[in-house]
Amino acid sequence: MKFTLSWLREHLDTDASLETITDKLTGIGLELEGIENPGAALAPFRIGHIIEAVQHPNADRLRACVVDAGEGPVSVVCGAPNARTGIKVVFAPVGATIPTSGLVLKAGEIRGVASNGMLCSARELGLGDDHDGIIELPEDAPVGARFVDYKGLDEPVIEIAVTPNRGDALSVRGVARDLAAAGIGVLKTWVPDAMPSNGPSAITWKIEGTEACSWVLGRTVRGVKNGPSPAWLQDRLRAIGLRPISALVDITNFFTIDLGRPLHVFDVAKVKGNLLTLRSGAGESFLALNGKEVTVTAEDCVIADAEGVVSLAGIVGGEASGCTETTTDVFIECAYFDPIAVALSGRRHQVASDARARFERGIDPALMPSALEAATQMVIELCGGEASEPVAAGAEPAWRRTAKLRFDRLKNFAGADIARDEAEGILRRLGFGLASGDDDSITVHVPSWRNDIAGKGVLEPARVLSADVLARVSAGVLEIEPEVDLVEEVLRIWGIDRVEPVSLPPLGAVPAASFTPRQGRALAIKRLFASRGLNEAVTFSFADHKVAALFGEAPESLRLVNPIASDLDQLRATPLITLSLAAQRNAARGFGDHGLFEVGPAFHEGVRGGQQVVAAGLRLGETPRHWLEPARGVTAMDAKADVWAALTALSLPLEALSVTTDAPGYYHPGRSGVVRQGPKVVLARFGALHPTLIRALDLPQHAVAFEIFLDAIPEPKRRKKAAPELSAFQPVRRDFAFVAASDTAAETVLRAARGSVRDLVTGVTLFDVYEGEKMEPGRKSLGVEVVFQPKDRSLTDAEIEEASAKVIAAVTKATGATLR
Amino acid sequence: MSDDLLVLQAEAEAAIAQASDPRALDAVRVAFMGKQGRITGLLRSLGQVAAEDRKARGAAVNALRDRLDGVLSARQGVIDQAALAARLTAERMDVTLPPAPDARGSIHPISRTMEEMAAIFGAMGFTVAEGPEVEADWYNFGALNIPAHHSARSDMDTFYLPGDHEGYPLVMRTHTSSVQIISMLSEPPPLRLIVPGRTYRADHDATHSPMFHQCEGLVIDRGITLAHLKGCLTDFLRSFFGISNLPVRFRASYFPFTEPSMEVDIGWNRRTGELGGGGDWLEILGSGMVHPKVLANCGIDPREWQGFAFGMGIERVTMLKHGISDLRLFYESDIRWLKHYGASPFQPATLHEGV
Repeated sequence: MKFTLSWLREHLDTDASLETITDKLTGIGLELEGIENPGAALAPFRIGHIIEAVQHPNADRLRACVVDAGEGPVSVVCGAPNARTGIKVVFAPVGATIPTSGLVLKAGEIRGVASNGMLCSARELGLGDDHDGIIELPEDAPVGARFVDYKGLDEPVIEIAVTPNRGDALSVRGVARDLAAAGIGVLKTWVPDAMPSNGPSAITWKIEGTEACSWVLGRTVRGVKNGPSPAWLQDRLRAIGLRPISALVDITNFFTIDLGRPLHVFDVAKVKGNLLTLRSGAGESFLALNGKEVTVTAEDCVIADAEGVVSLAGIVGGEASGCTETTTDVFIECAYFDPIAVALSGRRHQVASDARARFERGIDPALMPSALEAATQMVIELCGGEASEPVAAGAEPAWRRTAKLRFDRLKNFAGADIARDEAEGILRRLGFGLASGDDDSITVHVPSWRNDIAGKGVLEPARVLSADVLARVSAGVLEIEPEVDLVEEVLRIWGIDRVEPVSLPPLGAVPAASFTPRQGRALAIKRLFASRGLNEAVTFSFADHKVAALFGEAPESLRLVNPIASDLDQLRATPLITLSLAAQRNAARGFGDHGLFEVGPAFHEGVRGGQQVVAAGLRLGETPRHWLEPARGVTAMDAKADVWAALTALSLPLEALSVTTDAPGYYHPGRSGVVRQGPKVVLARFGALHPTLIRALDLPQHAVAFEIFLDAIPEPKRRKKAAPELSAFQPVRRDFAFVAASDTAAETVLRAARGSVRDLVTGVTLFDVYEGEKMEPGRKSLGVEVVFQPKDRSLTDAEIEEASAKVIAAVTKATGATLR
Repeated sequence: MSDDLLVLQAEAEAAIAQASDPRALDAVRVAFMGKQGRITGLLRSLGQVAAEDRKARGAAVNALRDRLDGVLSARQGVIDQAALAARLTAERMDVTLPPAPDARGSIHPISRTMEEMAAIFGAMGFTVAEGPEVEADWYNFGALNIPAHHSARSDMDTFYLPGDHEGYPLVMRTHTSSVQIISMLSEPPPLRLIVPGRTYRADHDATHSPMFHQCEGLVIDRGITLAHLKGCLTDFLRSFFGISNLPVRFRASYFPFTEPSMEVDIGWNRRTGELGGGGDWLEILGSGMVHPKVLANCGIDPREWQGFAFGMGIERVTMLKHGISDLRLFYESDIRWLKHYGASPFQPATLHEGV
């Protein structure tokens, strides 16, 4: 919402400075967006008098002028056809900058004639489209005066952001009222004269089967002469960025801004028949004033004449029935449209207009008759003519209601002492009339323009609430909401900044942990991976569905209905999708060797909460080159090490986990695993990425990944640990070399060895795996160290032999492996 | 001492002095002191010495033997020292060589900020709550007093999914405020919680991302006032930015789910970007007293309970705190950026270490 300071002063009697006003606006919720002074750019331009204009001696289309702009005669060459002796013009001296072109004027000579300045057209000054000639000012324009002063252009334009609840503040008068309530000046009274009526209106209204319009007024003004509106009106509109069109149209725009009261004018001659009907749309199309074809639906409220739709109600009028220079009889529309209906229609048709912005926030229903009078008066003043009797359909919507404010509530809600008379004064100045009052409270009438106060308290309660609870809270809202509405009004005007901050009272001397154990796990995992050289990334939760399909299913149920871009349309089933894309970008930048991880959502089903938290990581390329150790490509075992480190950090018993080889298809089928706890629970997956995927995504040749399903990790038990067994006797270590079939899982060998002698074996380590020339084909050798830890005495050789035999027997039984 | 012993002594000492390695020295030892050594020989031949001279002769040979023992071990020491010195010289390495590389990763600045928020609000008694990102529109809008016709529900702002939840359309949550609703329905007041998490809006340009992070906060109790709202957020902002006198300004605004609603500004210098002084104001978060309808929608009687809520952009405060200028790089995962702005895993955000 834009307005000029002088326009504001039409409604507000104040001598407050601009800064005081704008600071206050921001404080009371009408946030200052900016202050512009278009006149500032025109400051050097002065009013000049062409003393003499003669044909340029050397150029057919140029004139040599002598101009007096208050500092004596100056020679100026001018190309405008209307540059002639005696007229008053806008003179730009040497040194001035032409605002539209940025040209800085220099003293010079044009074809042999000195030119020390420029005579300007409206377009060059950014004041309109006229470029047929230079601006001609009235004869009485004072020579030498600053043009901006003469035209009243040197004035700041204030732009504020108006929140969706404040339809009333989308008007200069509404802003003035708020400022007056906040102690900046006094709101001027505004009562338009009643215009005499003469005869019936050429057009009448009918509301037919639509809830969207409850009341509509209109009036014909006959015998008008439409043309450009007067300079003051044009200047006022132009200052706030509206293009003057014609007096009749400008008048409607003026009232939209001045009173927040959108109006529409129909050319009576172009309306078919003499009845305008408000009804629902029926699929018809019409050409709107914004130059676009609008096809209305049954959900839209339209205005129709005998031949069809002429306007999308409250949003945009039609080209065919609009007023032009030839209009002689005009019908003024002043309607009340339902805010929700206008909001939905406007959104459906994607039309933004000043009218829509006001109707959808709710306009002042009580203002309609006087707004129509004021508009009629201005039409007659500017265009002549004679007004008919007003016509109407429907009835004034019910808006009268009261709200109650208890002063102790005000205090307990604000946490500040606000004097009763201050609160009452604020409400009074905002237009709330006192209905009744006692020692503890007042009840006020809500003004007609404040549809945001004391609404109907319509709830959208949770379906799970019982009837009892719902009844209680509904009663609570009816009691509290209007009161809080008033508290808000008092507080924002009194000054939220005046409320002294109070720290929250502590709930206890020492606060409880703010993370749940599950949240703590995610945090621990992040730190662990970062300490292992992986860098945490945060990638989008969505990707291109075609890329997502490389990682398995990309179901329609997880595809956004309205993606912002086609490459961001599918919710990811695993963070590996977006991490891989990130890795691809890093590789393309020349940083192929790196590691990334992310702890974030993976979506598996298009339902509420169909997501799980996954800690996923990627290692790519080679390990760092170093003189101590040559670089090597990352392998599936690097990914497994990450998983193992994480599961260890999360206190999972690694020895009780098993690894199966059924990882999903984006992993290398022979170099990937699924980590399971028991037969059902999948804790993690890891492995090399599938070569096809690596090629499709242009990833480094060595690329390994892991996914840990944090939601599947059981909560660690928080019981005290048993005391450790700290034997006084030295352990005995024995090495075994087993020969087993190549496809024997090492895990099976180790598990068998571990379980072989229950109270004695405390450690089993695989220290060698050999498969090659010295082995029979299809066989491999596994070197296993077993630790025997005696508890109460040293082991004898015979006992060690016996234990070793049990280890061998157990491994052989489990795997068929034999001692080498 | 008799002349022959003096000669022997001179001979032995010369041999010892000449021995330059352990083996040579050992040969000398054997030659003089071994079983067949000359000193041993002298001792063995004492029996042939005249009885009256035997005692003196014996003492003299023993003295010589002890003396040579000393010289030998002294020489041994010298030789060992020399050998050690030689070995140390041989073992010298270039200590300017780089050691084995350390695996150094990083924590994303968004995670870091969330942790800091948990630490600071945690000290004020808040716990961290979570909720689904694919959400029924009632939790995201209806319950929060954002009715069906509200512009926030238009396709322009909200991502929709094809399915529904109990008849409510599915949306990607546009704020973490939906978790307020979940919390109010699942546990009775009093409540103090923050909800840091991912949020989604259909907006993509230099200053908007279709996915971003927000931290919602909610306090519901008896007797919670707007003064507490101001105190709590002022306390947080000053702690988070580490500026004890950070100017904080509250001004009236509007959100459907709070009343009164306030935008919160902090003081900064627009020109230098420095926080604190400077006389300019920077909008940093939205807040307000929880709307009675929101309480009622969740079955909480607004006559009995009141409280406040707030929401702040995690990227925004992170950018301000660390002077990061480009929002888009938060999600780009450029390894150089991650290493540059990422936090160390060994410095978790704790109040006793400072955030």
